[in-house]
Amino acid sequence: MYRLPFRGWGCGGFSMTEKELAQKSVAYRKSILKYIVGAQAGHTGGSLSCIDILNVLYNCVLNVDPGNFTSPDRDRYIQSKGHCVEALFVVLADKGFFPYSDLETMCRYKSHYIGHPTRKVKGIEQNTGALGHGLPISVGTALAAKMDAKKYRVFTLLGDGELPEGSNWEAALCAAHYKLDNLCAIIDYNKLQISGRTADVCNTDPIDRKFESFGWEVRHVDGHNIKELKETFDALPFAQGKPSLIVAHTVKGKGVSYMENGLKWHHGVPGKEQYAFAIEELDRVMAAL
Amino acid sequence: MGLIIEAIGTDKANLEVFAGTLQELALNDRDIIAVTSDSRGSGKLAPYGQQFPQQIVEVGIAEQNLVGVAAGLASAGKKVFAVSPACFLTARALEQIKNDVAYSDNPVKLIGISAGVSYGALGSTHHSLHDFAALRAINNIIIVAPADNFETEQAIRLAAEIHHPVYLRFGKKPMPLLKPAEDGDFQFGKGRIIKNGDALTIIATGETVYPSLQAAIMLEKEHNLSTTVVSMHTIKPLDYELLSAVASTGAPVITVEEHSVYGGLGEACASFLMQNGYSNPFKIMGIPDEYTITGSQAEIFNHYGISKTGIVATALKLLKRQ
Repeated sequence: MYRLPFRGWGCGGFSMTEKELAQKSVAYRKSILKYIVGAQAGHTGGSLSCIDILNVLYNCVLNVDPGNFTSPDRDRYIQSKGHCVEALFVVLADKGFFPYSDLETMCRYKSHYIGHPTRKVKGIEQNTGALGHGLPISVGTALAAKMDAKKYRVFTLLGDGELPEGSNWEAALCAAHYKLDNLCAIIDYNKLQISGRTADVCNTDPIDRKFESFGWEVRHVDGHNIKELKETFDALPFAQGKPSLIVAHTVKGKGVSYMENGLKWHHGVPGKEQYAFAIEELDRVMAAL
Repeated sequence: MGLIIEAIGTDKANLEVFAGTLQELALNDRDIIAVTSDSRGSGKLAPYGQQFPQQIVEVGIAEQNLVGVAAGLASAGKKVFAVSPACFLTARALEQIKNDVAYSDNPVKLIGISAGVSYGALGSTHHSLHDFAALRAINNIIIVAPADNFETEQAIRLAAEIHHPVYLRFGKKPMPLLKPAEDGDFQFGKGRIIKNGDALTIIATGETVYPSLQAAIMLEKEHNLSTTVVSMHTIKPLDYELLSAVASTGAPVITVEEHSVYGGLGEACASFLMQNGYSNPFKIMGIPDEYTITGSQAEIFNHYGISKTGIVATALKLLKRQ
């Protein structure tokens, strides 16, 4: 069995096999669907596209758990694409920040488990949801670490659809200006957004060269390949004195055949039969692992 | 009653007092951070920046990033003062103020410099006549417009201490001290009575308190009308206790502000008074809803009657209606 190399940082001594991580990804996908169906609301496609990234981040990279969440030395994860909060919720539940059963209240009257991240939920760093906000906040948080000579790192997940927001580019300039090599942005590059293909809505390609020209060091990764993701995070920072960008190539709706690359699943909720079909598919994947 | 206090001398611009106070605070607190958007000079922060180069963050002309970065710094424990012209800070970065500061409860202190019509001749792009209105409708932010150097210094010291989002705005004109400073005479949410009277109450904020005081003095000297003047430095939370106290005398109330007559101090007072059974004669003075005239701040104030004689004329008219 392949065992991922453990480099001693960020994992708090916690190490998982590639198979265990793959199993988690399947379980997370099933949970995302379960709670979205329960709430009859959610951003299904995007949550399924970013879940492997979150899996590797929370289980291999971030030194964050319920016990140290108020520690000033914890790593920070700020989800700029806040609408895919369901992915974050299931990972946080798995990490023990709150019981899974809390997610049965998702989007219900007075629940804190709403359609975007809020600090009312344990484990969430910042209230996000409006796009183009995660990167500037992450820049400030990374800057504070540099000022205090702290070792924590800051990770932020951006959707490719939110890249035209100008605030991202203001922050991208600023991060390079201040040489924030403790900052890592990840683009969930699923190439679809609510109106259509991202390239057709407002083309941001070549995204790597744009960030490189802003002073970032960029790497591409298969955003569903656990091993590649882990190795890429292990290689941070990609260059001393530069912020790092991971362009994670993903598939919207990944893991459910009829959802993959389907625009209607941006915030589509599966019906009863569709849900059962999806769970069967995921169970088969799990059994084959 | 009837004691006539002349303003006790011209002092510095509130902006300079802000910068000086921040510099003093930073001496003993390395967590004090100023964040600027190419506004180091206009924020009078050059000496601060020279003394504490590690405690100033320049983001360039990028107000959205200014506020986002400030929120990130504050979330990591820094005492952050985000400094930018009020016009840009509260319009360009309004969503960052709403979400990253107020909603996320990151205790950033937003410093709106050259507020109101301080940049009078530069035109409406550079005026901030909307900031009270915009921010009043956002939950979880204290809104303060200090009138003089004393209030400014106190407000900055208090803002540095509290773990809460605050918006502070002031202009760049030297401001006279309104009354001798007293210990404990400044709290957010508690208006200051600058002078007492019983014929009329003027509730003003920021740099309109001084012309209001001048008007009150003139009303007493020339018209024998003793007038209360309140510096309502905190627009939100509004001092309802003080409002009740002054309204319960039955005396007419005039509000004065360097802001649109829509959505600012005046309408906040009107809302409270009307919903609590007060029917005092009432007038809101400010900048009317029109294409704003340009000129110096003083010229614009004079044009719209935010001056000694303008406020006196409004007062006499209101009193006649009684």
